[in-house]
Amino acid sequence: MSSSPAPQRFDVVIVGGGPVGMSLALALTRFMPGLSLALVDRRAFGVPQDQRASAIAAGVRRVFEALGVWGELLPGAEPVRAMRITDSGKGDISRPLFLSFEGDVVPGEPFAHLVPNRAIATALLGALEGKVDFVAPATITGWSGEGGAGLLTLEDGRQLAAPLIVAADGAQSGLRTRAGIGVLGHEYGQAGLVTTIAHSLPHEGIAYEHFRPQGPFASLPLPGNRSSLVWTETLAEAERIRALPAEALGLEIEAAMGSALGRVTPEEGLQAYPLRLQIARSFIGPRLALIGDAAHVVHPIAGQGLNLGLKDVAALAETIVEAMRLGLDHGAPDVLERYQRWRRFDTALMGLVTDGMNRLFSNDVAALRAIRDLGLGMVDRMAPVKSAMIARAAGLSGTGPRLLSGYPL
Amino acid sequence: MPDTTINDEEVAKFSAMAEEWWNPNGKFKPIHKFNPVRLAYIRERAIAHFGLSDTARAPFEGLKILDIGCGGGLLCEPMARLGAQVTGVDPAERNVAIARLHAAQSGLEIDYRSTTAEALAAAGEQFDIVLNMEVVEHVDNVPLYMKSCGDLVKPGGLQFVATLNRTLRAYALAIVGAEHVLRWLPKGTHEWKKFITPEELTALIQRNGMRVTEKTGVVYHPLEDSWKRSRDLGVNYMVLAEKPA
Repeated sequence: MSSSPAPQRFDVVIVGGGPVGMSLALALTRFMPGLSLALVDRRAFGVPQDQRASAIAAGVRRVFEALGVWGELLPGAEPVRAMRITDSGKGDISRPLFLSFEGDVVPGEPFAHLVPNRAIATALLGALEGKVDFVAPATITGWSGEGGAGLLTLEDGRQLAAPLIVAADGAQSGLRTRAGIGVLGHEYGQAGLVTTIAHSLPHEGIAYEHFRPQGPFASLPLPGNRSSLVWTETLAEAERIRALPAEALGLEIEAAMGSALGRVTPEEGLQAYPLRLQIARSFIGPRLALIGDAAHVVHPIAGQGLNLGLKDVAALAETIVEAMRLGLDHGAPDVLERYQRWRRFDTALMGLVTDGMNRLFSNDVAALRAIRDLGLGMVDRMAPVKSAMIARAAGLSGTGPRLLSGYPL
Repeated sequence: MPDTTINDEEVAKFSAMAEEWWNPNGKFKPIHKFNPVRLAYIRERAIAHFGLSDTARAPFEGLKILDIGCGGGLLCEPMARLGAQVTGVDPAERNVAIARLHAAQSGLEIDYRSTTAEALAAAGEQFDIVLNMEVVEHVDNVPLYMKSCGDLVKPGGLQFVATLNRTLRAYALAIVGAEHVLRWLPKGTHEWKKFITPEELTALIQRNGMRVTEKTGVVYHPLEDSWKRSRDLGVNYMVLAEKPA
C-alpha cells in the first residue's frame, strides 16, 4: 500500500469561494445539518477589496432570504424601482425612450436590488463561520472522478475526497479543464467597462440601459447620489477610455449617458475586461458539477451573471438535499443529470437572448434600428409581453427550484 | 474488507457486475428509476411511526433494518446512509459478493449474507423494519415466506411489502409492456400467475399477527419518466404493516 495519508473525506467539496460557491455551501449546511463540507480557494478567505455592486433580481433575492442573509444585506441595498431602455444612433443628442418598466413585480417588491459585493461576501462568510472547513490558500494539483468518490490533490500533498466535487472556480475553471469539459462560445470583440460614479442629480431608483451602436450602456442606482456603471466598447475604444484622467472620463460618461443624472464624478479606477459568451459543453462530469461562471459566462447586457449562478445554486442544492434525504448517492450520474437538465435549458436561453440582444443593438444599420425600435415600441404597448419580460428579468418565470421561490429545502 | 475468502479473479468479475448493477443507465435502469419513490415512502412512514427527526442527516440511527432479496444493494445502501444498521440477504451468492464490493467502495458498513428469510427466522433474528420489496412475486411457497417475514419483525416494528397485482392490466404492463415491448426487464422475469392481489397479501400478513395500515399504488408517468404514488393498486403496489408492540 502507498504510504501517503488517507484522503480527508467530506460529503461535498466546493472549489471556489466567490459568492456562488459560498451560497451553495450555505444552502447545503443550512438544509442538511451535519453535512460535512470543504470550501477550497486559492486565496485566503476574507472580504475582498471590491467597490462594485451586483444587481440581485427578485427571484434571486428570495434565495438570499431562504439562506437567512438577506436581512443583513437589505440596509445597504438600493432598490431598482424602474428600468428605462433607450436607443440612440451615434451623435444623437436626444435619448428617445422606447421602453420603460415601472413599478414592482408584486406590489412592494422591487424587481431588483443593487447590493455591494463586499456586503454579500461579508454576510456569506459570517454565516458560514464554524459550519464548513475553509481550505485556503490552496493550489490544486490533481483531480479524479474515478470510482465512488471525487478526489482532489493539493500542492502540499493533502487529498480531499467526496462523492461530489463542485467547480465554482470561475470562467477559467481549472476543474473544468482537468475534467476535459470544453466550452462553446465566442469573443464579442468588445470590452466590458465597470466603474462607480457620483452624480449631482438623484437617480430616483431608476436603472437606465442605453443601447448604443458600440454596445449597451447601463447605470444602476446605488445608495445616495451614486450609480454603478456597466458598458461595452470596442477593445480599442476601451483602451483609450481607460487611459483618460478622471475629469475627462467624467465628461465621456456624461456624453454617453445623456443628462439624466447631471454632473458625473468617477469614484474609482475603471476596470475593463474582454467580453465573451461561453457555455460549458456539459455542466456535469464524473463526480463533478459546474456552477456559476465555470458553467456559463453570458453577456452582461442583462445583468444576469450572478443571477444565473445563484439559480445554479438553488437547483444543485435542491438536487443534492433531495438525494441525501432518500439516502441516495448524491454524486451519482442520474442525480447530477437532474441538475443538468434543470439548468442547461434556462442557461442556453439566457445566453441566446443576451447574445441576440447584443447583436441586434450593437450596430448602426438604419434598417435594423428601425426594426428594433419598432419591436421595442410594440413591446411597450403589449402589457402581457412586458410583464413576461419583467418576470424573466427578475428570474421569476419558469418552474424553478424551491429556493428561488424563497421556500426552504 | 468485509470478505477475504474471494479471490482476485472473482473480485474483478464481480466488480464489472457491480458496475452494471449500479449504472443508472445500464441493465438495472428500471430499478434505479423505481428506487426514489419507494425510498421516499419508507423514509416518510418510518419517520412517522418511530417518531424520528425529519431534518437529521441520519434519521434512521438506532434502527435495525433487514432487506430481503437485496440484489446489488440498491435499497441497503440508502438505508445505511440514513443511519440504519442494515442486513441484506439474497439467496444468490453472486449478488451478495457484488453488494459487498460496492458497499466497500461507497465506504458503507452493511451486513450482507447469502441466506434466506426462512433461515434467519429459524435463527430467531428480528428487526425494527423488514423490507420485502419486489420479492413475493418470485417465491414458491408464498404463505411460508410471508410467515417468515412476519416473524422477522420486532414487536412494534414495520414491514414494507412491494409487489405486482394479479390483474389483466398488470399482465399487459409488467409482462407484455416491460418485458416484451420496452425490454426494461429480461423476458421471463415475471410470471403472471405468481402475482398476488392486495387482498390475498393482506390476509397473509394479518394471519401472522401484523396489522396492515396502508396500501399505496405506484404508477409510472411516461412524460416525466418517473414513478409516483397513486391510489390505483392495479399494477405495482406497496403495503405497510405494523406488528403490535
